[in-house]
Amino acid sequence: MEKKILLANIETPDFGKFETFRKQGGYAAVEKALKTMSPENVVDEVKKSGLRGRGGAGFPTGLKWSFIDKSTNNPRYLLCNADEGEPGTFKDHYLILKNPHLLIEGMILSSFALGANTAYIFLRGEWFYLMKILDQAIEEAYAKGYLGKNILGTDFSLDLYCHPGGGAYICGEETALIEALEGKRGNPRMKPPFPAIKGLYQNPTCVNNVETIAAVPWIINNGGCEYANVGIGKSTGTKLISACGHINKPGVYEIEMGLPVEEFIYSEKYLGGIKNGKKLKAVIAGGSSVPILPTELILKTAKGEPRLLSYESLADGGFETGTMMGSGGFIVMDETTCMVKSLLNYSRFYHHESCGQCSPCREGTGWMEKILHRIEHGQGNMHDIDLLVDIAKHVEGNTICPLGEAAAWPVRSSILHFRKEFEAHVINKKCTFNNG
Amino acid sequence: MNVEQKIIFSEQTLAIVSKIVSHYPEGKQKSALLPVLHIAQAEFGGWLSVPVMDYVASILNILPIEVYEVATFYSMYNTKPVGNCVIEICRTGPCWLCGAEEIISHLESKLKIKAGETTADGKFTIKLVECLADCGNAPVIQVGWDYHGNMTKEKADELIIDFDKNNKVSHKNPYEI
Repeated sequence: MEKKILLANIETPDFGKFETFRKQGGYAAVEKALKTMSPENVVDEVKKSGLRGRGGAGFPTGLKWSFIDKSTNNPRYLLCNADEGEPGTFKDHYLILKNPHLLIEGMILSSFALGANTAYIFLRGEWFYLMKILDQAIEEAYAKGYLGKNILGTDFSLDLYCHPGGGAYICGEETALIEALEGKRGNPRMKPPFPAIKGLYQNPTCVNNVETIAAVPWIINNGGCEYANVGIGKSTGTKLISACGHINKPGVYEIEMGLPVEEFIYSEKYLGGIKNGKKLKAVIAGGSSVPILPTELILKTAKGEPRLLSYESLADGGFETGTMMGSGGFIVMDETTCMVKSLLNYSRFYHHESCGQCSPCREGTGWMEKILHRIEHGQGNMHDIDLLVDIAKHVEGNTICPLGEAAAWPVRSSILHFRKEFEAHVINKKCTFNNG
Repeated sequence: MNVEQKIIFSEQTLAIVSKIVSHYPEGKQKSALLPVLHIAQAEFGGWLSVPVMDYVASILNILPIEVYEVATFYSMYNTKPVGNCVIEICRTGPCWLCGAEEIISHLESKLKIKAGETTADGKFTIKLVECLADCGNAPVIQVGWDYHGNMTKEKADELIIDFDKNNKVSHKNPYEI
């Protein structure tokens, strides 16, 4: 489980500089693709690799690329989604900081595959210091002939720019990101038409996450089949897991898909166990929007098999006993954590971040927060608990974008697995935990 | 913002704005709105007044309403005056688990203001924010363009002293940091 695809060599001094990156094999995939492959070949290799979108949805990347409308002569765009903002998720932040040229190399290859001559990296606005790092790397790539007109003497040209956001979680949704890039409020668009047909400035557009794009150079260098050999089943390759909360070693880990969750949490090589010798209570495995699981279900599936860090194993059992890989934001909570207060915290987040376009989301997120506030403060009743589940079910699936699900799933899963805590708040008319 | 301050970018800043506009196709200069608002906010006192937003509309050749609706949507833009130093404290999920509430209470009592308020001398504003995406270093605060992780009461005190003693200002043109 030592495979490093995205974070290989990052400890090399000055790895963020062009020359150092180049000496370690960087930009070789661009040379290979532009000089010996067609765009279709690149798409095929990515399809063969089984690479799935690492932003959270897990949609096959090669397939997504093949949806790009090639029937028009309009410009095509590649947008990199670096608007990371899901609580618990900080992998892209780390990847850009440590390996900016890998992202640029991935952008060149992906743009070549899509026939895009202009690409943007949409960074969350708080990250101007990261934008500076990326801008310097982009400047170096232009100077060395890897960006700009007729890259490496070929027919392919690409301009790459960074674009800062304004601080809105919703811009992580691809159509909201496009709206923001057009200088508007980040309101998600109705689909269809999908961005592959009408995206940025109504032109064919592909939006991919940082981690997804950064995996492409390795796939081109080593072949899609080789990438598919890494990992387990349909969860191919490696995954960045950003771990935080009550653990001894928070940080970003590149793991080969299929690593047992128990090993990840307790091994010294990874998280080093729970802080202060406390007991594990629950984990949100894929960023705050995915269902929370209690200890017994995060370590083992309902069938008693070891739970693995893979799309399939994490989802095993469906909503009742499983969760999702999501973005890989791994939030660990110990036995002192109040699940009502924790849920209230996330519900406030989703209420705050709802763009307000759809009534179920705009009203539902605020309503759920309000009810949770009264339960946490001992003013709730038993009916409130069922009412929360009911509201969540009405928000879920009834909104333009997935923020509805993101707000609803934590509510439904927290009550499903920790209902007794909600009831105890109602019965005792107070929170019996004293944390946070 | 000083009321006597003229709302006009310097030649140097206008050159930065022109470069940003050049990143987008002709006629799509509205795309530069978010980055230009970051610059305007930094250069005109850390917040976006109506005259500042009107100025941004004029240089991008768009309607003022197009600027207002964007400025009021995104959490990074302040549409009311703020202090010289804006302390943004993340309070979401992992930061909460790792003690953000304690840091918030400490700063509120130290500066004698509540979150969302500015000290009477106009030096400090406390702003609560949702997820800064640096959860591995929780609890995290952001001051200007700098992230400060693994925050403790002591570290927070040091930051305040540093800004106070050196009359520092947290809002700076992000393209010149």
